[in-house]
Amino acid sequence: MVDVPYDAVTEVPPAEVAEVDLYHPRSWWTRYVFSQDAKVIAIQYSLTATAIGLVALVLSWLMRLQLGFPGTFSFIDANQYLQFITMHGMIMVIYLLTALFLGGFGNYLIPLMVGARDMVFPYVNMLSYWIYLLAVLVLASTFFVPGGPTGAGWTLYPPQAILAGTPGQDWGIVLMLASLILFIIGFTMGGLNYVVTVLQARTRGMTLMRMPLTVWGIFTATIMALLAFPALFVASVMMLFDRLLGTSFFMPALVEMGQQMKYGGGSPILFQHLFWFFGHPEVYIVALPAFGIVSDLISVHARKNIFGYRMMVWAIVAIGALSFIVWAHHMYVSGMHPKFGFFFATTTLIIAVPTAIKVYNWVLTLWRGDIHLTVPMLFALGFIITFVNGGLTGLFLGNVVVDVPLSDTMFVVAHFHMVMGVAPIMVVLGAIYHWYPKMTGRMLNDALGKFHFWVTFLGAYLIFFPMHYIGLLGVPRRYHDIGEAAFIPSSTHTLNAFISIMALIVGFAQMVFLFNLAWSYFKGRPSGGNPWRATTLEWQTPETPPGHGNWGKELPVVYRWAYDYSVPGAPQDFIPQNQPRATPVLQGAAP
Amino acid sequence: MSAIVLFMAVIAVIAGWWLSQQRLMSKPWLEEGALGDFPAAHEMTWPAAKIGLGVFLAVVGSLFALFISAYSMRMNMTDWRTLPVPGLLWFNTAVLVLSSVALQWAYVAARRDDMEDVVIGLCAGGVAAVTFLVGQLLAWQQLRAAGYFVASNPSNSFFYMITAAHGLHLIGGLVALGRTTAKAWRGVEMPQLRLSVELCAIYWHFLLLIWLALLGLLTGWTDEFVDICRRLLT
Repeated sequence: MVDVPYDAVTEVPPAEVAEVDLYHPRSWWTRYVFSQDAKVIAIQYSLTATAIGLVALVLSWLMRLQLGFPGTFSFIDANQYLQFITMHGMIMVIYLLTALFLGGFGNYLIPLMVGARDMVFPYVNMLSYWIYLLAVLVLASTFFVPGGPTGAGWTLYPPQAILAGTPGQDWGIVLMLASLILFIIGFTMGGLNYVVTVLQARTRGMTLMRMPLTVWGIFTATIMALLAFPALFVASVMMLFDRLLGTSFFMPALVEMGQQMKYGGGSPILFQHLFWFFGHPEVYIVALPAFGIVSDLISVHARKNIFGYRMMVWAIVAIGALSFIVWAHHMYVSGMHPKFGFFFATTTLIIAVPTAIKVYNWVLTLWRGDIHLTVPMLFALGFIITFVNGGLTGLFLGNVVVDVPLSDTMFVVAHFHMVMGVAPIMVVLGAIYHWYPKMTGRMLNDALGKFHFWVTFLGAYLIFFPMHYIGLLGVPRRYHDIGEAAFIPSSTHTLNAFISIMALIVGFAQMVFLFNLAWSYFKGRPSGGNPWRATTLEWQTPETPPGHGNWGKELPVVYRWAYDYSVPGAPQDFIPQNQPRATPVLQGAAP
Repeated sequence: MSAIVLFMAVIAVIAGWWLSQQRLMSKPWLEEGALGDFPAAHEMTWPAAKIGLGVFLAVVGSLFALFISAYSMRMNMTDWRTLPVPGLLWFNTAVLVLSSVALQWAYVAARRDDMEDVVIGLCAGGVAAVTFLVGQLLAWQQLRAAGYFVASNPSNSFFYMITAAHGLHLIGGLVALGRTTAKAWRGVEMPQLRLSVELCAIYWHFLLLIWLALLGLLTGWTDEFVDICRRLLT
């Protein structure tokens, strides 16, 4: 630390707030159901996302049962297996992770962390949640329609996605596309709120460079999502046209059952471009909020300022920009021009630079920190390790020559589950352990939390490490039964059974977590307003959980950045952002 | 994908310019005190709704840039037969321009506190916009009568899809315009109304701009430009 003239700071009167701007619920319905309060909307988003996420978790169990013990479970046939992987992927990526990070954490944390009373357009914010719920219901309804959900794979590649051989060709694919369109409309409404709230509703003294990295991560990810989701929207609309009106945007000339189909001339590659123009930014839409949140968790629980704050902000912005020019690295085997492959491999490797900067800064924040191995910290550490592992295999796959033989093998499955499955989920769980006291006023049970962490962390490794090996052997993904092939040693079957058992155990650990959430809500230890002794504004609210309007009568004024931990000479090892002086001026001392 | 990459580059320039105003080089760990103590710590003075509209326009722009990208990729395939554009579209374009002008006029009137002219401008703009939409429907009907169905050629499919997307955005704008007009009718005070009128006018100009770009694309005027862009990237 550099010497700062602490007592030179003058106090600033808090901003006046017009009473009319505040949202006051009038009844039970507008308080808890059709609420316009971002905190309630956040919890609605989180509960809905968790509920549909549980469905996806069960689907992964069913898939693993089939892969680990082929032939044992007669109720899972090849079609159902395809439907399971499709729904599992789509739910986890979009309806769980995106909705949870932006709709859940975004809604809860942005207004509190920047010192706002609420989102700037509360009514639109409420609408966003209800449209999201509708999208989830439409998606879930596909399990009950004739033919079941679509089995096209989460990438929904045409032409097979809408052909008769694919399960769910009647209703499943149509409802899936409709649900995606609804999701995007709902998300755009929410996303406008998150962006404008950060731009416009920051409290006095909260400059952009004083925002916690959580807000930076969610803010940047939201901008990316607003610009990238239209690509999925366009692709979905065009595929709906192909399916319902018989147009040929994506559909080439096809012969089905000896019959020439009405389609002709369309380009499946066009769909891939549109899909991945959304799909790659989507990876970072999930990762950037995780990066931001994990930075804050590490800083708080290591009692140290984040290392290289400026560099962390620049890295977030750089990753956000770069992620729009790497999309075709998902399409190396689509027959693209080799020069294109070279270009996209280069941009893919460049994006590793800002990402590596972030990892170094996390590690350097931990270096000589006063590390408290609390449950949120454990999950944050678990994230760093998992993310590095998953990121390194990403560097392999980013190179055309390595990707081509590994394409469509279990290696890819292991890679993306590590980097955008397990890693962000680690952050989600850590963040819930961290902010649950603020949301409920009670601590989550520590012993259950540690059990949950160790089973999840070790279990996830026991699932996905062997899967890399299986992929290197050449075992393809999306196969319902790999059968006997000369290139697959019989030990692979044992390994698959082992992975399946671990998947069941890790899934069970999540039930313990859900039990912990429910139990602690009633029986948990009261937390007080700031149990982690953190500096950011959400811990300085007058009430816990924060009431409507967050701050009582006066908005907080921000005097410092978000990371004043262990400041030499300060009476406590943290200085809240809204505290004007670092050291109390001694009685009788010269002013 | 050149159209969308170009669009993203424009967005990146705007975002970069904005970020350059935000003291990203500052050292927040050394700066203690309230906002006013630092040089150039601007607060954004635009109202939230205006920024919200700006962000929304970026989303809409991205949507149409993607439609244009898809169009320019698909039109290279061998089965593409360019659609003869119905002459009615020229009339529609003129009406949409009028609609935009009327709203601009309403906005100017709002700035000089002339409530009567504001109401006239808003109503004229709304009527012109509805005329445009009816004209678009008639154009569809003419095409269908001439045998250009939605699925008979990808060029037709794009025409129907893109005009429908543009029309739906205009209908959404009409909802906002209707609410603004109702406000003016009820005699809401001018300062409150001014912003609503301004936002409607901005949205209308933006949709007009998009329509002109789409018209250029659909009539084939911009084919050469599209071709240059494509060659730029291959």
